[in-house]
Amino acid sequence: MSLFEVKNITVAFGGVKALNDVSFDVDKGEIFTIIGPNGAGKSTLFNVISRIYEPSKGEIYFENKNISKTKPHNISKLGIARTFQNLELFENATVLQNLLLGRHIYKKTNILSEVFFTPSARKQEHEYRLKVEEVIDFLDLQHYRDTLINGLPYGVRKNVELARALCTDPKLLLLDEPSSGLTNEETIDLGFWIKDIQSLLGITIIMIEHDMSFVNKVSDRILALNYGKILASGLPEEIKNNVDVKQAYMGE
Amino acid sequence: MRFIFKTKYSQDINIAKHNGDRFWYSLLILIMAALPLVLDDFYLGEISYICILSIAGIGLMILSGYTGLASLGHAAFLGVGAYTHAFLLTNGVPFYASIPIVIVVSFLVGAVIGIPILRLTGMYLAIATLALGFIAEHVFIKWEHFTGGNRGLPVPQPEFLGMSFYDSVFFYYVCLVFLIAAMFAAINILRSPTGRAFVAIRDSEIAAQSLGVNLGLYKALSFAISGAFTGLAGALLAHYIGYLAPDIFNIFLSLTLLLLIVVGGMGSLHGTVFGAIFVGFLPQLIAICRDYLPSSIGSQPGLEPMLFGLILVFFILYEPLGIYGRWIKIKLFFELFPTYKRQTFKKQKVFTKSDRV
Repeated sequence: MSLFEVKNITVAFGGVKALNDVSFDVDKGEIFTIIGPNGAGKSTLFNVISRIYEPSKGEIYFENKNISKTKPHNISKLGIARTFQNLELFENATVLQNLLLGRHIYKKTNILSEVFFTPSARKQEHEYRLKVEEVIDFLDLQHYRDTLINGLPYGVRKNVELARALCTDPKLLLLDEPSSGLTNEETIDLGFWIKDIQSLLGITIIMIEHDMSFVNKVSDRILALNYGKILASGLPEEIKNNVDVKQAYMGE
Repeated sequence: MRFIFKTKYSQDINIAKHNGDRFWYSLLILIMAALPLVLDDFYLGEISYICILSIAGIGLMILSGYTGLASLGHAAFLGVGAYTHAFLLTNGVPFYASIPIVIVVSFLVGAVIGIPILRLTGMYLAIATLALGFIAEHVFIKWEHFTGGNRGLPVPQPEFLGMSFYDSVFFYYVCLVFLIAAMFAAINILRSPTGRAFVAIRDSEIAAQSLGVNLGLYKALSFAISGAFTGLAGALLAHYIGYLAPDIFNIFLSLTLLLLIVVGGMGSLHGTVFGAIFVGFLPQLIAICRDYLPSSIGSQPGLEPMLFGLILVFFILYEPLGIYGRWIKIKLFFELFPTYKRQTFKKQKVFTKSDRV
């Protein structure tokens, strides 16, 4: 039984079909990577899943539930978290505040209890913080708790964004180019973390990525897109030797 | 330089981060409470007015400084608060019952207006709120049954706790208590999930949405909360003015509030007080300066708005973080003395996304 399923998704911007009849499914506990040249429709696919774009056709199923009509702000409540290609952090807030926002979906207080900051509001802050600290420990962010985002180097920011997504306690994690802009060492660390997220936290991962050695190392299955269409999908070795994929990348 | 050793999560949650905070803010409140002993009625009135401006500033700060939504028509909420309060008092509702009603009414007005208007962003939102200010002014003129129209509406000065609002010392204490209460309420909102959601909307709507923040709901909530604070300020303003006329709540008052938060420092509650002091004393300062200027300049009627505009421009250009930003720099200078470097704040001179309207 697959955890997540995309069925015949088509997205058209005017005459351009960014995605054309794309279908795939992801099993629970898998690391599923989407590759493809620029403009292949990878990020569009993510934006469709997080309901920022409206697909012209097709459905998306998460835990056998159709989420094609779910409101964008309810997606994270279902257990789908994401990161962004060009970081979307809250720049004028501290790392801690960014991570605490990851707990927003568990909010139980209402505006009145917040105005008076009742004991229940205080207790909730403590609960949030406990989970946030777990994630901070997991991703080694201890040094940066009280630093503003706009004072942080790029690699750490990427990490904070991953941490923020983990704070929502997701079942499915969408990572949009997690290794772009990272140094070699940071990419290696990221590989370990992604494996740990899969094995220790039991989170299923869908990832868009360009760094092929990184992709081959961490992915269980790969999907190759080009011009909005599926070129190939399968195990890393199959994709590596696929004629269509070679042609799309190298033009042979 | 102070290093805080943290051993409890509560230390990050508490309002006062260390004993120094507790000491200085308690001292400040004590000094404020003792002011009537040394100041005469005129200055107490001025400081009461500054307290009222601060409360209104908190309202606009939550909306513009924290949620990143511009409003050029916030005098409308001052008007809603003032007229509601005056109307209720005229109809025999006691002061202590009228204030909560005013807060609820302004909250609801904010929510009702906020839901449609906040579908707009940036420049269009600014225009829509500008229009809101004009519409409100006309409503105050035309809805005579409620507001007395152009004839105006006298504000009753009822007894409260056995004291009269004509007594400037008593009114000063009322304003001060409300300012402190409003400040605590604002801090509490901002340190809880709702306040963080506001900041999230300001910095990245798309990320906020993907983390489960309902954009429409929280923007409307921000507008409503902002309205509630400003409405409360309006109720106190009604007592301060004593006689309400629609043209009090004009575009110039809205711009004064905007000047207040920009000069005070966007995105800081300290800034509302700094800004209110600045805006409150500025007309007095201009009046004093007029006497010393040659009469060809000093007697120009447009001097005040022009100076307001100039100051706004200079602050946006040279100190986007306002007086509070300057205060932080001065504080750090003394904390690090003699190792402070001018470059320390170079990096922080970035604009929040909301500034790029």
